[in-house]
Amino acid sequence: MSCLNRRDFLRAAAATVGSGIALQAVQPGAEATVWQIDPALCVQCGRCATNCVINPSAVKCIHSYPICGYCDLCGAYLQPAAKNRDTGAESQLCPMSAIKRTHIEGVYYQYTIDEALCVGCGKCVKGCAMFGNGSLYLQVQRDLCVNCNDCAIARECPSGAMQRVPLSRSYLLKTDPPGEVPGT
Amino acid sequence: MMQMYFLLIPATLLFFVFSVQADEFRFPMPEFESGYHYPEQVLPEAALTNPWVDVLVLALVLALTAWIVLRRRSRRELLALTVFSLLYFGIWRQGCVCSVGSLQNVAVSLIDPAFPLPWVVLIFFLLPLIAALFFGRIFCAAACPLGAVQELFTVFPIQLPRPLDRVLRLFPYLYLGLAVLAVCLDSGFLICIYDPFIGLYRLGGSFNMLLAGGILLAAGIFIGRPYCRYLCPYGVLLGWMSSFSKWHLRIPEKACIQCKLCEEACPYGAIDFPITEAAPLTREQGAKRLALLLGIAPFIVLFCAWIGMTSHVYLARLHPDIRLTERVLAEERGEVEGWTIESEAFRSGKVPIPALLESAHIIQKRYKRGAAWLGAFMGVVIAGMIARLSIVRRRADYEANRTYCVSCARCFAYCPVEEESPCVTQ
Repeated sequence: MSCLNRRDFLRAAAATVGSGIALQAVQPGAEATVWQIDPALCVQCGRCATNCVINPSAVKCIHSYPICGYCDLCGAYLQPAAKNRDTGAESQLCPMSAIKRTHIEGVYYQYTIDEALCVGCGKCVKGCAMFGNGSLYLQVQRDLCVNCNDCAIARECPSGAMQRVPLSRSYLLKTDPPGEVPGT
Repeated sequence: MMQMYFLLIPATLLFFVFSVQADEFRFPMPEFESGYHYPEQVLPEAALTNPWVDVLVLALVLALTAWIVLRRRSRRELLALTVFSLLYFGIWRQGCVCSVGSLQNVAVSLIDPAFPLPWVVLIFFLLPLIAALFFGRIFCAAACPLGAVQELFTVFPIQLPRPLDRVLRLFPYLYLGLAVLAVCLDSGFLICIYDPFIGLYRLGGSFNMLLAGGILLAAGIFIGRPYCRYLCPYGVLLGWMSSFSKWHLRIPEKACIQCKLCEEACPYGAIDFPITEAAPLTREQGAKRLALLLGIAPFIVLFCAWIGMTSHVYLARLHPDIRLTERVLAEERGEVEGWTIESEAFRSGKVPIPALLESAHIIQKRYKRGAAWLGAFMGVVIAGMIARLSIVRRRADYEANRTYCVSCARCFAYCPVEEESPCVTQ
């Protein structure tokens, strides 16, 4: 090529301008963000279970033991109209029977979530929020979430609880010290 | 049920006693005597696949496509690569990250510098555009999973009438403008939400999107690549780049014998026919026509901007807050019965209705300005199309239209001048 013709010039100019603008947009050192549910905003509508592109949902219930009341009459474990406080299927609120109830001592019972069974419907979360300490809440499981551009749950979340948080602080736990929770 | 109520009374009492110290807990945490320890909380770490593998695969696929289209000129090899891209970017990576959607991330990070734009997304956005600047739309040919699935479905293509095809090709501009507007005004990633084929890759999705994908694929059997031609917003950018491409594919390797076979073979209406008989304009005529074009262009742009501005009320409904406001207002006026999940969540929150109205007002104002810009953009596009239609360039041979040709290599086999030997283009 002897000299730069108009087309080559335009091409070079377009490439330079395009890359320049795009580079300008990049924030060097900007941390990658991922989707997470703010438990303070969640209203347990049940859409996490049905809206995730992963099936079953990447949202699961987690349990913060230190704030649990270890109640015998657990609003998260038992059906509201349950006749007995036992592990019978007809007594359980969880449609997947994903909560295990074990006796600890006296009137205290420990409730453990089997995350492999949990579908993230939030029924137990609602029960715990209404009758208990709210120690059960929904969180996006980092290993399951594929981090969509536009989270299908966030789109349908009625309360804006699904937010982007920094990858290094990707769980919003109720046991976190106050003020340190990102996104709130 | 009775038991429940009996227990609720002390629970309520406890709540009042406890609320003095800690608002959030109804029940005191037990003090265990049996030496019980809290089980450890398992919080799995992110298991995102290394995105640089995707970048590497994209670069390799683009390089291979360029080599196959420009040197090998082999439709069969290109088809094999298309199937690979469909399997890798479509089925395996489930359609994410894709260049088509990445334009939204780039757009929003230009508006809002706080929005993090990972390098991978930026590269996915730029690489196909830079490739188009040199080799034409080779990304569409074999790398794009959306294009790949449609390419495989183009079985019995029919030719749409050229004027209809060119008018329908205005829609991608509108979609591009709308998607950028929506993402910049915080109303969601339209291109991702309305991706018709993602349900196919993920073997599941909302009924409406599966239906849309099915209809597009069914239509695509006869009307080649309907999404690419009449919807794809990234195709607009690729088209702009490709029109300046350095080594775009050429149909006849040597001299065109004007047999018209390639034009018949192209399912995408992307081959320009020769124009020889058009009388060249005199200098005066040309100047007159240019003056006329420049004269009416501002009116077209202003008219379109006005249409955009008047339609901003409807466009603003893309924003979830506007939909919520309209719903809450309708509930307040008693026009609708009951609450939706959204309005219930709003009412259980702390935001009063006047504050919601105020924020809705601000959003609508931003939409008014944005919609006017969108209209003006469409005006420029339409004026540009009119200008292109009225300027007749002489063309001796059948040529691939650099803006519209997706380098699918179908025409090569039909060209009687085609030889087996690899050719040197340009």
